[in-house]
Amino acid sequence: MSADHFLELRGITKRYGEVLANRDVDLTLERGEVLGLLGENGAGKSTLMNVLYGLAQPDEGEILREGRTLRIRSPRDAIATGIGMVHQHFMLIPVMTVAENIVLGEEPRSGPMLDRDEAMRRVEDLSQRFGLAVRPDARVEDIGVAQQQRVEILKALYRGAQVLILDEPTAVLTPQEAQDLFRTIRSLTESGTSVIFITHKLNEVLDVADRVEVLRRGEVVSSLPAKGATPQELSRLMVGRDVLLEVEKQPRSPGEAVLRLEDVSVTDERGVDLLSDASLEVRAGEIVGIAGVDGNGQSELVEAIAGLRRVTAGRITLDGRDITRASIRRRIELGIGHIPEDRQHRGLVLDFTLAENIVLHDHAEAPASRFGWMRWRWIMNHAAKLLTEFDVRGGGPRTRAADLSGGNQQKVVVAREVSGDPRMLIAAQPTRGLDVGAIEYVHRRLVEERDRGRAILLVSFELEEIRALADRILVMFEGRIVAEFGPDATNERLGLAMTLGEAGAAA
Amino acid sequence: MSGATVDPGRFGRRARGVAVPLAATALAFLVGGLVVAATGHNPLSAYKAIFDGTGLNWLFPWVQGSERLAAARDLQQTLIVMTPLMLTAMAVGFAFRAGMFNIGGQGQYWVGLTAALVVGTHFESMPTWLHVTLAMVASVAAGSVWGGIAGVLKATRGAHEVITTIMLNWIAIYLVKWLVELKGPLQGSEPSIPRSDDVFDSAKLPTIWGTLQALHAGIFIALAALVVYHLLLNRTTLGFEVRAVGFNPEASRTAGISVSRNYILALAISGAFAGLAGSIDLLGWKYHVASSDLDVGTLGFIGIAVALLGRNTAVGILFASLLFACLQTGTAARNLDPAVFPPELANNLATMIQALIILFVGAEVLILYAARSGRRILPGRRREAAEPEAPA
Repeated sequence: MSADHFLELRGITKRYGEVLANRDVDLTLERGEVLGLLGENGAGKSTLMNVLYGLAQPDEGEILREGRTLRIRSPRDAIATGIGMVHQHFMLIPVMTVAENIVLGEEPRSGPMLDRDEAMRRVEDLSQRFGLAVRPDARVEDIGVAQQQRVEILKALYRGAQVLILDEPTAVLTPQEAQDLFRTIRSLTESGTSVIFITHKLNEVLDVADRVEVLRRGEVVSSLPAKGATPQELSRLMVGRDVLLEVEKQPRSPGEAVLRLEDVSVTDERGVDLLSDASLEVRAGEIVGIAGVDGNGQSELVEAIAGLRRVTAGRITLDGRDITRASIRRRIELGIGHIPEDRQHRGLVLDFTLAENIVLHDHAEAPASRFGWMRWRWIMNHAAKLLTEFDVRGGGPRTRAADLSGGNQQKVVVAREVSGDPRMLIAAQPTRGLDVGAIEYVHRRLVEERDRGRAILLVSFELEEIRALADRILVMFEGRIVAEFGPDATNERLGLAMTLGEAGAAA
Repeated sequence: MSGATVDPGRFGRRARGVAVPLAATALAFLVGGLVVAATGHNPLSAYKAIFDGTGLNWLFPWVQGSERLAAARDLQQTLIVMTPLMLTAMAVGFAFRAGMFNIGGQGQYWVGLTAALVVGTHFESMPTWLHVTLAMVASVAAGSVWGGIAGVLKATRGAHEVITTIMLNWIAIYLVKWLVELKGPLQGSEPSIPRSDDVFDSAKLPTIWGTLQALHAGIFIALAALVVYHLLLNRTTLGFEVRAVGFNPEASRTAGISVSRNYILALAISGAFAGLAGSIDLLGWKYHVASSDLDVGTLGFIGIAVALLGRNTAVGILFASLLFACLQTGTAARNLDPAVFPPELANNLATMIQALIILFVGAEVLILYAARSGRRILPGRRREAAEPEAPA
């Protein structure tokens, strides 16, 4: 036997019914090392980590720590052996404070009661030791996503984690926050903690990892040092073919204005401006990209246009018609298609079948229904056609939406919104959390729809996406539209406007 | 929705939808049997006696003579009990499909019954078909208004329907009590009895089977309502929207569906079903309402259990209401041979079995979890992060 690794997974095979999620996977991890686990959605990354964290039992294979076999039957076992995991969806209790969340389960007591002061002290200690700044007395519901993630990491460290599994940790973060996280990871490894970093974003892996292990279809295709690896090489390993990183797009002269916003403002219940005096125009046959750091009014802008949020001032017109106060229904009828930011909560009814989801807009109109009766035969045929056209895999019209992978779910949403033949399409974070193949598909589709003469408003936190797709780029900062750029604007210029507002744009 | 393609996930879900209630029921009877044995009686003969008490033995051709007559009478009784149960269960089920918990079936039942009472004690010379129809329309309207109030409160004020429907139950009970109390507006011609008059004969539902407390035609109305329930939910745009809102109000709103409109509609329709139950009971066999009736009504609440066991589907509610009606009549004192099993115990046994069924159906999640971690059987669900990412 070779030298003992700090942690080793040997020959892990895991089946779910017919599906082979992991086949004979080996993985090693040294002390203080950052391992990037790379793979498309469905490549088996999460399954492998669930095996390591005791959430799933492997059919074959073993887990060793420093040469000794571990028995990990549950997350409790995993924690006891020094393995901690931060899930994509945080497992925090919103109404409790940061300190309470961190110590929960192993809390210091005075008598039968929680010793709050001691808990605070321990959390502050921990936070200083690892350089993870948090406010121990803040309630979790009041702090931002990046903070919550930090709380999750501290929670794992509090329980003595020496191996930290981060499942797509940057999916919920802004680019700045992601950079902070990478700094955190580096400082953790200096103190001897090892990190397994699950992602499907190539640049992140190259930024933060020491070594990269690439999974494809449940198997390890390569394990290589991050230093010297190129994005092209990794993407080839990941998908097994060259991925088009640039979107092919012909220049096209846009037509007349379809959507127009004039000084639109949105105020929350407390009177705080979330969107102030936003004016913009989207013309037929152009993609207008909204760039900005998360939380700078993009969601409010989209909701105001879609009718999900009441506008406090200003005017919105579609093809010259005032829709400022129009109902959501009316806006859909007039031709607004909306690919919502959150497909699982807003885009889809997960318990509905794909056919039901596809008919969700038009269910009350002929030919989907007549005299209040649903025409299921037509709906099924229609859905089957669209599922083929939009390349939705993994199910038919009768499959529940919840049973599809994220990428295919998004294709269903796109199919519904685009097939309604809208004048105007709002695409909010249309590729968030999707794998390379699905991203490519959505991008191509958006460009096609633009070429058909639709007006498209694209909101994204991914600068690359905006730059690749948009004909014009508007930058939002603190609820205002602060700058407009052409598609050739550099990341640097965009970044300055995104982080400094008008001042940054002028610089 | 019938078609050639049935994917295994859907089939599996449907099979499980039947298996869990069946298993829960079987388990409840098993536990009930153990309790019977613990009291020193033979569980098998006790269950046999209860079964005979439901009158279901009438279905066996070898049951003849006086036994057959008794069985027929018992079965009529069972079906009379089953009729309103179906409807109060629909009142729960319909709201549930819209994502709401309607605890107000009892109140909606009473206002429906009272509306039918008002119509039934007026218009003496009206032809029966018209009188009955009118009374039922009144009860449906009254029930839907009563349910609709909770819907409006939820849609406009965000008041939770569990709280408001319970409050509306009490308002209904005391309102109807006051109406039929001594000197109340609906108190009957008997000056010292707090009870209404009987409805006129023209407002009584025709009987279709038997003589004394015979089965009335109301069961057909309830069965028709069950068909309406099914079609409404699964075949109409209204049902589609109600189900969409029930599963995911946020996505429904984004898709242009008015969530508040559907909340109001769903609770109004729920109330209509419960209101109809009230009129069928009144016009079918009660004929009047006494103040003391208001103290013992539980149909609305048993309806919750029936809907839960029947999974809020039309077919499920049909069988679940039959089961609960059987438990009630099979253990009734007059139907049970005291030599085999004392009726006072039997009544408690029925309550216990009902409670156990609900417990076990409710524990489904737990059972599934145990099955999954114990035997590594994975049902057709891929939602939790713990499960594999679906292959692209």
